Amino acid sequence: MSIYTQRRVANGLVMGLSVAATAFGLLWLVLVLWTLLENGFAAITPALFSQMTPPPGSAGGLLNAIFGSVVMTLIATLVGTPTGILAGTFLAEYSRGSRFGEVVRLINDILLSAPSIIVGLFVYEVMVVRMGHFSAWAGSMALAIIVIPVVVRTTEDMLNLVPNALREAAAALGSPKWKVIVMVSYRAAIQGMVTGVMLAVARIAGETAPLLFTALNNQFWSTNLNAPMANLPVVIFQFAMSPYADWQVLAWGGALLITLTVLCLNIGARALASWSAFKQ
Amino acid sequence: MAVDTAVGQRLGAQRGRAGSIGDVVFRALTFLFALLVLLILGGVIVALVEGAVPALRAFGFSFVVTEVWNPVTEKFGALAPIYGTLVTSAIAMLVGIPVAFGVAVFITEICPIWLKRPLATMIELLAAIPSIIYGIWGLFVFAPFVQQSIQPNLIASLGQIPGFGALFAGPPLGIGVLTAGFILAIMVLPFISSIMRDVFETVPAILKESAYGLGATRSEVIRQIVLPYTRIGVVGGIMLGLGRALGETMAVTFVIGNAHRISLSILQPGTTISASLANEFTEAVGDLYLSSLIALGLILFVITFVVLAIAKLLLLRLQQRAGG
Repeated sequence: MSIYTQRRVANGLVMGLSVAATAFGLLWLVLVLWTLLENGFAAITPALFSQMTPPPGSAGGLLNAIFGSVVMTLIATLVGTPTGILAGTFLAEYSRGSRFGEVVRLINDILLSAPSIIVGLFVYEVMVVRMGHFSAWAGSMALAIIVIPVVVRTTEDMLNLVPNALREAAAALGSPKWKVIVMVSYRAAIQGMVTGVMLAVARIAGETAPLLFTALNNQFWSTNLNAPMANLPVVIFQFAMSPYADWQVLAWGGALLITLTVLCLNIGARALASWSAFKQ
Repeated sequence: MAVDTAVGQRLGAQRGRAGSIGDVVFRALTFLFALLVLLILGGVIVALVEGAVPALRAFGFSFVVTEVWNPVTEKFGALAPIYGTLVTSAIAMLVGIPVAFGVAVFITEICPIWLKRPLATMIELLAAIPSIIYGIWGLFVFAPFVQQSIQPNLIASLGQIPGFGALFAGPPLGIGVLTAGFILAIMVLPFISSIMRDVFETVPAILKESAYGLGATRSEVIRQIVLPYTRIGVVGGIMLGLGRALGETMAVTFVIGNAHRISLSILQPGTTISASLANEFTEAVGDLYLSSLIALGLILFVITFVVLAIAKLLLLRLQQRAGG
């Protein structure tokens, strides 16, 4: 074989393998989604949205768990978003080139990828132990701690994309810096910042590990934020690991619900981001 | 233009003292919240150390090197979960890195432009699927498949090799270290490939075009131009994926079997730090038991912190080089 053919064959091999790798990666996405639809679709009934989690052997739904997940996700987003936006603003607008900014950025990136179960442990130590009981508040705070780094990161990135000429133009008109940030930078970056919040919500909507030792679970309807609260991920965990067939069906239903929510949020966020990029 | 003037007048009319006070307040406010990010990390460290002290005091350094985990006699050692964490992550990296590399090469070098975005998005959706979904899928679909179709073949082929075969010994159970490692590989794949893609895109087109101009094939360009140029970034991406794999909880908890023992065979059940926490924490009775679990969490935190910090510093170095 001539060197020329050898190189062509080697090239074909590498290219073929990378095509195969891509197909392999996509295969799992299709497989997981297909299984979810196949098993979860049967569980999507009106009862799923109108009845409480049942004891094994009787019919029921996931109403209390859906409610708990929505409430805790909402509180976590309400706490985490402003916190993240302000911290991100500091990094982008006030700390260019400063040592402190560098450290915060590094620590934030580490928090972004830190195991979520560690966050659960932290909130357990700080809130559950001190309060003496598990609670929806603790669960919400654990989720908020996961929201913060995501929002910090996207806010900073998006503010960095705002052209300096815009800021300078506003400053030249005599506006103080905080006003430049709030009325010019934020407005220019708003779509990207909303994208970040949506991605953060998508991330916490399916988080299980930090809720295990904070919100715990509750078999009954509860609106008391100071008590354990049911939530979809922990219910799925409990029901899927159980030996009862009807619990497992409910777990599949919940899994399908969560996945659809998360995927919709993700695709929506991406669509928003590419739409705003297109507009510019 | 008319709008610009209106904004200008409004801004101008309100400037002055209110502005400078507003500046101080707003700056202080954003600074406080930036500080909060540091405080959270500090809080995590303090809380974990404080919780782990009773266990570390009772067992000392032997906590890290003891395999026993017996809640009845209150003897705890972290070796089995540490071992499980490292082995599952190693399997995940072994499978995940080549696949992620292939995906990144395909997306940056081969695929037609119109397909780039949809394909990249689909791979990234793998990262969006919550880990509990991988868990339930792994338990009900993947583990039975592995048990019936893959493990018997592994035992019959690789398991028969003297010495090396010990890795594939034992009955086909479906759940176990190998299954957990494989699911982890699928989960970290999008993280690694998206970073590899990003750093591959930073290679100046002129470098690649020069190589093509000299007659290099695509695979030669990747090996001799793209990889040397992006080596630091690729390693950074791998470390980031490793950080994810080490701390992943729910998916592993479902399929690893939760056995506090070290078996040489990767077909057998084991446990990881995060799986032990998820399974036992709320049921742990006794302060020493609880404290031992928190000590496990501390160990996990230290390992992932180091791995992630290295990843970030490597990626930062690449960024600075690209920027400077």
